[in-house]
Amino acid sequence: MRALFALLLRDLRLASRRRFDLLQPLFFALLVCLLVALAVGPEPALLARLAPAVNWIALLLALLLALDTLFRPDAEDGSLEQMMVAPAPLPVLAVARVTAFWATAALPLILAAPLFAVMLRLPATDLPLLMLTQLLATPTLAWIGAICAALTVHAGRGGALLALLLLPLAVPVLILAVGTLDAGRQGLPVLPPLLLLGAGLVAACSAGPFVCAAALRLGLR
Amino acid sequence: MKLPLWFHRLGSPPTFYAFAARLQPWCYGLAAALAVYGLYAGLVLAPPDYQQGDSFRIIYVHVPAAWMSMAVFVFMAVAAFVALVWRMKLAETLVLTAAPTGAAFTLITLVTGSIWGRPMWGTWWDWDPRLTSELVLFFLYLGVIALAQAFEDRRAGRRAACLLALVGVVNVPVVHFAVTWWNSLHQGPTVRMFGESSIHPSMLWPLLAMAVASKLYFAGSLFARTRVALLEQEAGSAWVRRELEARGHV
Repeated sequence: MRALFALLLRDLRLASRRRFDLLQPLFFALLVCLLVALAVGPEPALLARLAPAVNWIALLLALLLALDTLFRPDAEDGSLEQMMVAPAPLPVLAVARVTAFWATAALPLILAAPLFAVMLRLPATDLPLLMLTQLLATPTLAWIGAICAALTVHAGRGGALLALLLLPLAVPVLILAVGTLDAGRQGLPVLPPLLLLGAGLVAACSAGPFVCAAALRLGLR
Repeated sequence: MKLPLWFHRLGSPPTFYAFAARLQPWCYGLAAALAVYGLYAGLVLAPPDYQQGDSFRIIYVHVPAAWMSMAVFVFMAVAAFVALVWRMKLAETLVLTAAPTGAAFTLITLVTGSIWGRPMWGTWWDWDPRLTSELVLFFLYLGVIALAQAFEDRRAGRRAACLLALVGVVNVPVVHFAVTWWNSLHQGPTVRMFGESSIHPSMLWPLLAMAVASKLYFAGSLFARTRVALLEQEAGSAWVRRELEARGHV
């Protein structure tokens, strides 16, 4: 438990010292929204129809971009090996690292959702539901991403490979999250998809640490 | 439960190499014979469908390939589980040698389905649950192959690919049920394991023959690819040297 908080505090402190890095996923997501708005044109009705999907895809891509630095710097300077031989169990350390990642990469994007909503003309009534799906689904995505990042950390190339691994696995989360908003717009019950997202959250948070630790250990020689 | 000794020995590369060499021609031969029967009976003898006419005949390629695209991934996941739990090197090799064949079956399914969809649905592609999950499955295969090749240390690459295959197989049903959210154009299942199939026997038997043929072809190609992979991985060991000497390559 002490190791968990120690690593969590260290990661958060490191992130707070590099504030510009913290903002990069946010800027990236904003740029994606900008590009989509420019590409489809400024028609409000069309943008409002596309808004949840665009916001979600921007969030997913921004997380993907941030994931590359989840384990790689630690693997390069050797502290990842130190974490593996540390007396604290590796899944616990994975929990600390992924929690810090979620708080520094995903949380700012969720908090920025109102900004995206204004840019993309999302109806204000949809905004709470959008943020709720993001709150429920981003930890799941963070764990799936952490597993993929752990698998690719010792591979020569990152980037495109990480995308190839992560994006197919992220399909169900994306469908459910955007489907919730569609259901809400059509007046259908939104509770079932939200419960499914919650189930994914529980499954990812309980199985994720162990799979992630196993993936990290595979690279240890 | 006690497994016979020869089964345990199969885990050792030289024994598996010899075993695969003995079975490989049988698999290929039987697969070819069944495919000849299946294709002739399916494309010539079977009557045209009352709704779809002659274009239903692509079923004899499409459906066996679709079954195999899923069966191969399950096979890979089982082998990956064995590889990660009992640290069996041969199982790691099997995961990687099965992956390209599985990806090929998935691609065949997508392409033939697209060709079938054009006259039947009037479109090459539709974002239908089955099509979408098949496409995601294709990317999962590509991910496994790409991950294994991204490592300089080949063994580490294979083990990482094994873990991804396991994560992927958990995800495949989830993807399928998630995409069922959309309405489907794809027809329901017509062949059932139990009870009456809603397909006429003259159409069913060629289909089953093609299904068994595709499985045997997969086994044959798996044996062939695994033998090559074993020779490569174990290059420098005594049994590979003996094998190559026996063939006059050294």
